[in-house]
Amino acid sequence: MKIHLKIWRQQDAKTKGKLVDYMLDQVDHHMSFLEMMDTLNEQLIVKGEMPVEFDHDCREGICGTCGMMINGQAHGPVPGLTACQLHMREFEDGATIYVEPFRAKAFPVKRDLKVDRSSFDRIIQAGGFITASTGQPAEANTLLITHESAESAFDSAACIGCGACVATCKNSSAALFTSAKISHLAKLPQGEKEAAKRVLKMVSRMDEEGFGHCSNTEACEVECPQGISVLNIARMNWEYTKANLLKD
Amino acid sequence: MELDAKIPAGPLENKWSHYKAQAKLVNPANRKKLPVIVVGTGLAGASAAASLAEQGYPVTSFCFQDSARRAHSVAAQGGVNAAKNYQNDGDSVYRMFYDTLKGGDFRAREANVYRLAECSLNLIDQAVAQGVPFAREYGGYLSNRSFGGVQVSRTFYARGQTGQQLLLGAYQALMRQVSLGKVILYSRHEMLDLVVVEGKAKGIISRNLDTGVIERFAAEAVVVATGGFGKIYYLSTLAMGCNGSAIWRAHKRGALMACPSWTQIHPTSLPQSGDYQSKLTLMSESLRNDGRIWVPKLANEERAANDIPEQERDYYLERRYPSFGNLAPRDISSRAAKERIDAGFGVGAQKNAVYLDFSKAIKEQGKDKIKEKYGNLFSMYKKITADDAYIAPMKISPAAHFSMGGLWVDYELMTTIPGLFAIGEANFADHGANRLGANSLLQACVDGYFILPYTLANYLSGELKKDKITVEHPEFERVEKEVVTQLNELCQIKGTKTADYFHKKLGKLLYDKCGLSRSKTGLTEAIAGIKTLRAEFYKELIVPGSAAEINGELEKAGRIADYLEIAELMCHDALSREESCGAHFREEYQTADGEALRDDKNYCYVSAWEWAGIDAAPVLHPEPLEFEFIKLSVRSYS
Amino acid sequence: MTAAFLQSTLSRKNLMALTGLFLCFFLVIHLLGNLQLLLPADRAGESFNYYSNLLSGNIFIKAISYILYLSLIAHAADALYITIRNRKTAAKYAYDNRKQASKWYSRNMGILGTLLLIFLVIHFKDFWYVYKFGVLPFDKNGNKDLYTVVVYAFKSWWYVFVYVLSMFALGFHLLHGFKSAVRTLGLYHPGYARLVQVFGTVYSYVITIGFAIIPVYVHLTQFGLWN
Repeated sequence: MKIHLKIWRQQDAKTKGKLVDYMLDQVDHHMSFLEMMDTLNEQLIVKGEMPVEFDHDCREGICGTCGMMINGQAHGPVPGLTACQLHMREFEDGATIYVEPFRAKAFPVKRDLKVDRSSFDRIIQAGGFITASTGQPAEANTLLITHESAESAFDSAACIGCGACVATCKNSSAALFTSAKISHLAKLPQGEKEAAKRVLKMVSRMDEEGFGHCSNTEACEVECPQGISVLNIARMNWEYTKANLLKD
Repeated sequence: MELDAKIPAGPLENKWSHYKAQAKLVNPANRKKLPVIVVGTGLAGASAAASLAEQGYPVTSFCFQDSARRAHSVAAQGGVNAAKNYQNDGDSVYRMFYDTLKGGDFRAREANVYRLAECSLNLIDQAVAQGVPFAREYGGYLSNRSFGGVQVSRTFYARGQTGQQLLLGAYQALMRQVSLGKVILYSRHEMLDLVVVEGKAKGIISRNLDTGVIERFAAEAVVVATGGFGKIYYLSTLAMGCNGSAIWRAHKRGALMACPSWTQIHPTSLPQSGDYQSKLTLMSESLRNDGRIWVPKLANEERAANDIPEQERDYYLERRYPSFGNLAPRDISSRAAKERIDAGFGVGAQKNAVYLDFSKAIKEQGKDKIKEKYGNLFSMYKKITADDAYIAPMKISPAAHFSMGGLWVDYELMTTIPGLFAIGEANFADHGANRLGANSLLQACVDGYFILPYTLANYLSGELKKDKITVEHPEFERVEKEVVTQLNELCQIKGTKTADYFHKKLGKLLYDKCGLSRSKTGLTEAIAGIKTLRAEFYKELIVPGSAAEINGELEKAGRIADYLEIAELMCHDALSREESCGAHFREEYQTADGEALRDDKNYCYVSAWEWAGIDAAPVLHPEPLEFEFIKLSVRSYS
Repeated sequence: MTAAFLQSTLSRKNLMALTGLFLCFFLVIHLLGNLQLLLPADRAGESFNYYSNLLSGNIFIKAISYILYLSLIAHAADALYITIRNRKTAAKYAYDNRKQASKWYSRNMGILGTLLLIFLVIHFKDFWYVYKFGVLPFDKNGNKDLYTVVVYAFKSWWYVFVYVLSMFALGFHLLHGFKSAVRTLGLYHPGYARLVQVFGTVYSYVITIGFAIIPVYVHLTQFGLWN
């Protein structure tokens, strides 16, 4: 199949970028989207041009490295997928595909489609952990956690940190990412102990990083490759208010 | 060179506690004078960095990914083994030790493997304390599943994302130390060389992948936790960025490499669909608990799977290995699949796959139960192939997966360069010639959380009174210059072929000649082929742009330059071992029914290799494996 | 409670939610009062004027009304603040198809809110201001005759039209706003969240239809075909 690509090219954070047109023929419909990008890059390199830089690593949807806006949607048109799991069979022969980086004030572009998502790491650093040093913790089965709690904690913990939620949010809010970690840990008895401290620190870090407000449009849940529920955001809100009201 | 594995004396079950009791300690006040570098932030690296920082050592941590959370441990699906015996099915530390040793075809050290099993108990506790949401029974107790190569249920799991959850636990512990200022984390930094001063590892040279800036870092010890190099086959289950560069450059600085050719080819990956393919996705081995593997009895079968009647299906694992059946260990399952595919019974468009069929399990347990157990794997399968495995069987095929080989380390996880430690998949230690499922997460965690913190202190206590080496030392300057020269050379070849071109060629060559089965002729050809390819690489490579900027192609080129050398060592390793053991199957050494023929008389050793220069043959230093506590037996799963 | 708490994005949204929900509550009371306009004309006037008089005289109601004014102002001002910050953090795409993932009214609460604000200005000027500061005749019970003012306001069809249109803006604003407010306040239980969502939808329909039907009914019965 033939594909017409319009890809965002940008030298670095300070330079202005623009969409550049590329034509690609002999695209196999079994190719993954990133393999199609590989094919394009091979052609560019041989022609002596700079290839399109894009983030990718595991190519099986779990590392959270890849992320781009494909036809104006985070990770492309198919729900529940990362860009690396998207296949060309989802597009029609002759289709025009727009490819842009994940954008947000807190995600500056490094080059082309590569963005800096270190703000996510800093949110976790603020409190997204359980203070449990390596050592001699209690025997695992002394802490009973119901099947339902464990599964529900897992649902929140499944976040891969790709940033699609931010990229798709009209306000570039990181509420889904931040709340998923807050909920994961708050749902477990071992994480509950420092829940109040955690939520206060993580929310304030999230604000400092320059993410916007959550408007509850729920677009993030729709675009999340792991289907993280927006109810995590509600839980974060509750934990936050509770922590503030009950603070000494 | 005489290799000393430094195995503590005494009964097997007391060795580790005895070691811990005797190991030298560093006073808490002195720990902050002993900086440590940890390269890699996967399960091994993150757990080590966090644990060391908790103890008070200033840690500098590096990863090439944009975040520590993205290391490829994240992709491990199935689970992590521990001899908790929660299921009351006869498990014990000894049983796990024996299973692991036997699974590895008796090509690992007893003491190391026993320690692995011993520490597995504590790891589950640690992970639970960190908030890892392991699967639970309704009453709240931890749940287990079984895995290939064993007859007990000792695998703990968090759906099909156990690696992700364990890694997030370690990552969060690491982030906590970063926020406390005890770890300085450099993401998007790649280690490009090791600096050895007066025979001891004293630092690294790294490249900032976002700016191209080359930097020097000094420390009292360097820990390499950079994972495996299975990506050398190009098509593999590994991430695109996984590489062997850190361990290879350490090797060239004097660390021995052990059994580099021992690569696990995983039996349940998705088959290749075309030349453009960049990656083979793994389907968790846990699927073999309920899935049955078969091929048609008729060669070149054209009918769809569901149209082939039961009596015309060959459940070859159940046929050949009745007592383990579909849960036969990975090396055996992969080889059996290859045997059927090569004999013309392969299925799928490329005839390169076998069926993994759930129809019986769905009939017996119901679709809902299967969905609950494997739902995410089935949906992943559908995402990639557009096929529904609830209706028709999955198509799977073997793919390069795990490097049992790696830097040679002693009982203390120290390489032959004092001060250079290797942990996790980067080392050769615990898995022998074949790794059992759900043991890799375990080894990475145990190395980082529970072993290195003791053994590193034992080493560092001796460094306290020595003069401090800084990055101003002439050796740093010399090594940095070499790194810069190599990078510029790669950029200046200005040929016509991309790095991927060479990677694909190398991968194909290696998979054919040094993959699931090896032969003397094949390996000899491969060595010649690799040399030719390497010469072509340095003449024909094209890297756009310069070394002073973001340059993904330069990153790839540097990694492939190393792969082209590692590959040669792998072939030498495979060639020198004239027996079949575990993942290493030499066609010349097999029984009449095609099973591996081990030679304990002549090859009961670890092959440790010394770098002798690019044009010289590597030098073999065998480390004999002595079995004091168990009797070597033929590894039979039938 | 610290300054950080009051300034955080979450607290800002909490203020939106609390004021919004109070306004939602007020709408119910307002609608209940207005339903008297649907009574037969003779009884409607008496009843409505009596009710209006009762409200304006009650000290408790007076206090509530001040909370109402404050809520309105806070809701609008906070919305303005939030919108300005979101403008700063938000990103622009050369090709944007993000709308696929959410409802249009959830993304356009600011525009719907602005329309409502304009409507409120007209609404206050025509009824509230007239009642409070204007000179009104008295009905036979001695209450100010607001009923007649209301009825005559709905004489012109375009005024009714604007009114009904504004009620649709209100409807969409509520459809997202009610659910969003409850989420913002932290209702995370999946079952109750669903319940509230259903309640919010029903509520939005009732309020919209209830308010929209009155001017149409009055126009048709007093000046239109049914007269």
